[in-house]
Amino acid sequence: MSAMAILSIFVLAVFVGFEVVSKVSSTLHTPLMSGANAIHGVILVGAIIVADHSETNLELGLAITAIILATINMVGGFVVTDRMLEMFKGNKK
Amino acid sequence: MSRTLYDLIGLAAGVAFILALKGLSHPKTARRGNLIGAFGATLATLVVFFYANPGSSLPLNHLGLILGAMAIGLLIGVPAARKVQMTQMPQLVALFNGVGGGAAALVAIVEYLHLGADATTAEVIFTVFTVIVGCVSFSGSVITFMKLQELMTTRPVIFPAGRFIIAATLVSVIGVGGWVVSALGTAPLLILAGLSLLFGVLFVLPVGGADVPIVISLLNAFTGLTVAASGYVLDSVLLIIAGTLVGASGTILTRKMAEAMGRSLFGTLFGAFTAKAQDATGAAEERPVKSGSPDDVAILLNYARRVVIVPGFGLAVAQAQHTVRELADLMISKGIDVAYGIHPVAGRMPGHMNVLLAEANVPYEQLLEMDEVNPTFGQTDVAIVIGANDVVNPAAQTTPGCPIYGMPILEVNHAANIIFLKRSMRPGFAGIENELLYDPKTMLLFGDAKASLTQVVSALKAL
Repeated sequence: MSAMAILSIFVLAVFVGFEVVSKVSSTLHTPLMSGANAIHGVILVGAIIVADHSETNLELGLAITAIILATINMVGGFVVTDRMLEMFKGNKK
Repeated sequence: MSRTLYDLIGLAAGVAFILALKGLSHPKTARRGNLIGAFGATLATLVVFFYANPGSSLPLNHLGLILGAMAIGLLIGVPAARKVQMTQMPQLVALFNGVGGGAAALVAIVEYLHLGADATTAEVIFTVFTVIVGCVSFSGSVITFMKLQELMTTRPVIFPAGRFIIAATLVSVIGVGGWVVSALGTAPLLILAGLSLLFGVLFVLPVGGADVPIVISLLNAFTGLTVAASGYVLDSVLLIIAGTLVGASGTILTRKMAEAMGRSLFGTLFGAFTAKAQDATGAAEERPVKSGSPDDVAILLNYARRVVIVPGFGLAVAQAQHTVRELADLMISKGIDVAYGIHPVAGRMPGHMNVLLAEANVPYEQLLEMDEVNPTFGQTDVAIVIGANDVVNPAAQTTPGCPIYGMPILEVNHAANIIFLKRSMRPGFAGIENELLYDPKTMLLFGDAKASLTQVVSALKAL
């Protein structure tokens, strides 16, 4: 992909990122931080890709560790965020 | 699967993440937003197994190991997320962020080992950037975890020539980073990773306990950026979008939190470097305070028309959320006007107290935000401060130079009577003495918050 295309994606994503959270109330800061945290767990995709083309045992070992850590980040993040938000919902009745 | 389809599905996952963040910004849509995000992440993960990268073939090499590693991650992550107590939420978020940063750094290290002579300078720079920032995020998060879990002191750790050491570490990180970029080699990279880990530790050590959430949020944004940089190197649009989104929204969130605490972001991060180590203990311990019994408290409440409850982290530690709700219900049944005053950073993280009280089914309408409740303290007969300290400390308004100076507070000092439920005279999380405890209109009720509240409830019932 061209550097220009990547730069465009990056800059537009920065603005989207700013916009979507600009109006969040302090009530939701904790779940939002936790949810955003879960999203960067998608580095799992990167960890799987590097595990696939690992050639030495060192590389493979590092990549497998990365997969474990990234899975914890991603799955744990979404589960715990859901647990928090479930309570908020019950509250609104 | 063709590259086009692979990229389209990646794009769909990216859109899901945008919708997730958007949904998380509003209480009504928050849960659905989070589920959309989880769906996007699942989709993105599944699709990797069906696309052969150039020079590779399906099924993926080491498929068994990959699936096994994911299973281990699931077995660790899901129970941790299910069992964690709501009071420990900030620590868990810090840990999850740390492992994410660590994963990004490891991915970058493997990538680096793979970079051949044909690697572009940009690829090398982004890889090295990810190693540095991922390591900082990892070790910094571990320190925030230890501070929040009180495995180490929550006060700012200031060491002699601290500023110099931190600056020197940063300079050497950048220097070694440049070396690693210009001369590919495994040893220099490991030195760089080590230095970056050290910098993460040094960077967080001087931050005081109350400011730790801001740092977690910042490190969260850092991890996002490393994911975006990995996306560039791994040629994945999805990682670029997801990482940038988290980086950008994390930065805004960090700034909002800092605002809620009345600090500039810069001051939070670098203020501690210039702060003097404080003596929070001292002659103050000897001063007289007025302590009361649960009966005294019940009598005071019985004749009040308006009571504001100010819950703090101590309330949650004592697991007294349900008991405080019982007390509030009892007072309401006696015709007393009851509200909760919630400080934006009550608990250990912005919005944490709302989560904790939601868990105890406290009706949403009784929770007043700081701006709503502050003007009413003048008409409030009794303010009950339960396990909170820093968020009602007038020093934030009156003592320039103290670590919480400038933080907006709940102005309970304007109420006619103040009751503090405390375990001891120990200062709050920020480690600062609270003058309000010695005020003549203040009554202290010592003991475990839950036990104390239970006694107050039965005393009030008897009246």
